This record gives sequence, C-alpha cells and structure tokens, in this order.
Amino acid sequence: MKTLGAIAVIITGALLLYASEDFPSWGDPHSPANQYRVSSHYVQNSFGETSVPNMVTAILADYRGYDTLFETVVIFTAGIAIIAILRGPIDKRVRLRLASERKMRETNLILAQTSRILVPVIQLFALYVIAHGHHSPGGGFQGGVIFGASLILLALSFQLQTALDRVSEKKAVTLAAIGILIYAGIGFVCLLAGGNFLDYSALQVLMPVGAIEARSHGILGVEIGVAFTVAAIMFAIYANLSSHGRMKGGL
Amino acid sequence: MTVTEFIVSRLNYWIYIILMMIGLFAMISKKNLIKKLIGMSIFQTAIILFYVSLGVKEGSNIPILEHSVSHAAEHGEIIRAEDYANPLPHVLMLTAIVVGVATLGVGLAIVQKIHKEFGTIEEPEILAKIESGDG
Amino acid sequence: MIWQFDLIILGLLIVAAVLSLRSTDLLSATMIFGVYSFLMCLLWAEMAAVDVAFTEAAVGAGASTMFLVSTVYNTTRKSSD
Repeated sequence: MKTLGAIAVIITGALLLYASEDFPSWGDPHSPANQYRVSSHYVQNSFGETSVPNMVTAILADYRGYDTLFETVVIFTAGIAIIAILRGPIDKRVRLRLASERKMRETNLILAQTSRILVPVIQLFALYVIAHGHHSPGGGFQGGVIFGASLILLALSFQLQTALDRVSEKKAVTLAAIGILIYAGIGFVCLLAGGNFLDYSALQVLMPVGAIEARSHGILGVEIGVAFTVAAIMFAIYANLSSHGRMKGGL
Repeated sequence: MTVTEFIVSRLNYWIYIILMMIGLFAMISKKNLIKKLIGMSIFQTAIILFYVSLGVKEGSNIPILEHSVSHAAEHGEIIRAEDYANPLPHVLMLTAIVVGVATLGVGLAIVQKIHKEFGTIEEPEILAKIESGDG
Repeated sequence: MIWQFDLIILGLLIVAAVLSLRSTDLLSATMIFGVYSFLMCLLWAEMAAVDVAFTEAAVGAGASTMFLVSTVYNTTRKSSD
C-alpha cells in the first residue's frame, strides 16, 4: 500500500508541478483572477453600495449571502451529526472500564482563578469582534469561535459539568437553531418588505435609514445569527468529543 | 527575469502542491485513523493556500478601507482595484475553514465510535476484527 | 507580500507537516499540527488575508487542536506509524 500510494502521489505531484508553469506569477496584479470584473466590482463599489469598509464582511454577508446561510446550515448539521454518532447505549464492559479509570478530578487553584478572570474578558472580546466586523477583521465566524472557545476554557479549567451548568447541551443546540432562524428570518423579513430574499436594502421601510445603511444593518443582523450558531456548535462538538457523548467526566 | 524572481513567482504554487501531496500520501498510506484525519486537514489547508495565493497583488493593501479613503470615496473619489488584495478568495476560504473544522469534528466522532466498537484505531487491526466476526 | 518572510514560513510549514505525520505519539502529532495551523495563520496575515488569518488563529490553532486532543484522550496515544 505504501509503495502504491507513493507512486500515485509522485505521478500526481509531477503532473501538478508541470501544470504550475502556466499559473500567473505570484502577486501579479494583472492575473485573470485579479482582473476579472467581479472582484474589481467588489473592491470599487462595495463601500458605496453597503457602507461597510471591510470588503470581506460586505461580500460574505451581503453579495454572497446565500452561500454563507448554507455554510452555517452545514456547521449546524455537523454538530447534529456528531451528537447522533456519539449518543447511544453504552456497552456494559466499556462503562465498567470507564468507571474504574476515571475519578473526579481536583480543580487546580491557580488554573481556576486565572480562567475565572479570563473568561469574561474573552467573551467581551468575542462580542467586540462580532460587532466590529464592519470596520476591522472579524465578524460572526471569528467572534463565534472565540465565544465557543471561552466556554471550552471553562470546561477545561474546571470540569465539563461547570460549563454545562451554564450552557447545557440542549440549550446549545437550541441556540444554534436560533442563529439560523435569525439569519433566515432576516431574509424573510426582506421578502415581506418587498425585496428579494436576503436583499437588505428592502429593510429601509422598517428603519429610519436609507437603503445603503439598511444593508449595513442587515449585515450586522446576519453576523449575529452566524455567531450564535458557530459558538453553540463549537461548544457542543467539544462537549461531545471530550466525554464520548455521555456529557460527564471528560477531559 | 532573474532566478530569484522566477523562484518567488512560483514558490507558493510549488509548496501548495508539495503540501497537498503530503496530505494525500498520509490519507492513502497511514494506518492510524487520526493520522489520516491530520492528513486530510493538511490537504485542505494546502488548497486554501492556493486560493489565497491567487488573490495576492504586489504592493497592495489589506481589503479594508481606511477612514480617510472611505471619506474620500463618499465624495466621489474612485477606489482603484489594484490597491487592495482580491477579497473574493478570502471570503470563499473563510467559510471553508469553519466548515472544515466542523467536518473534522464529524470525522473525530466517527473515530471515537470505531474505538468504542473495536478497541483500536489502527486500520489493519480493525479489518482483521471485522473478518474474524469479532466486535 | 514580503517574499523573504513567505520563504521562511513555507519552509517551516513543510517541516511541521512532515514531523506531525511522522511522530508516533499522537499527542505530539496533534501539538505539531497546532503549530502548523499557526504558521498558516502567519502566512495568511503576510498575504494580506487578515480575515482568513483571524479565522485560522481562532479555529485552526484553537478549536481544532482541542478537538484532536480530546479524541486522543478518549482513544489511544500510541500510533503504529
């Protein structure tokens, strides 16, 4: 298997290296990918059309809103799939072995006190990243992961149960579903307001702002939805993977 | 074009191909399932490296407008596309990374389930146990 | 884009990828994979993809390493290859 794999990999790699002669030079501003009118349009007009200085956020949540909506659904589905895979009746043999192996872990004092101070700061930073994604790097995905990581830190430095007392698994999955509901709900509100699905400029009839600012506010709304889903699913995945889906013991 | 310029203009593509082949080789020939998943992640980051390399422009800024520029743009000044890195590959890859970690989580859940059923995560031992009807 | 910086990080990336796959201890393989993710994050910051770099720093070096560590904890630490 090893030699066969090596032969296949070397042949594929050689063909790709040969083909790389035809790629444009690295950093060439006039390569086809950089000159095509779609990306030039985004660079030149995204600020004028959405009043969001961060082009990546504007494209992510507005121009490619469908894409991001269903990427969020993929993350939600992955979280559900992990719960479905790991949950289920546990073999008696395995349970006995696990019970003998694991005792209640003592909480380290320095670790616990440090994370007690750090967790609120991390969560505040996560909210800043979500809300400030229009003007700096960041947005729903990054802020959501950081928020989920703060809960993971809580579970690591105390016990999994400590974090589950704050956000139980049921609550996490509900929050993830609420995130997608916020995202799709904003799309449907746009429909009701007379625009297309996820066309935030239609929201101007509901807000005391113009069409361009309405798009900016719509982007903030969907980023919050993405952050809900990502934060909840990251924590749910960690809770399941670290405890074999049993929600107790754990790392 | 000097030798240095030629190497710099191609280096990112060569390394992307080498990393992708390292990942592919790990997926084919490693027997440990966690090693296979690490190989899959390396394969995935190699493809992301390729996309991001395509969006680089020499002498360009990050794709976020400065306040003075956005203020000038409000008064009709045109933003030049050559001044900013191509934002489209960044958007596509940003979502790919987060989806990638979610799929890695699914893979790890399957590995844990396999370990629960068979007591091992080495591929030949799992195959031997399936053939002997144990597990 | 700074090609000297690019060259150093790309070299270290190959080293990290190979070492991560060659290590027979799965915990150290996981840790080296975290280093690999962080090098990728530096590379993207250098290539002006700041949002991608931020995501990779949070996801690759933080969450995915944690998932791998918890799986290694729940299965086994030894690897045959």
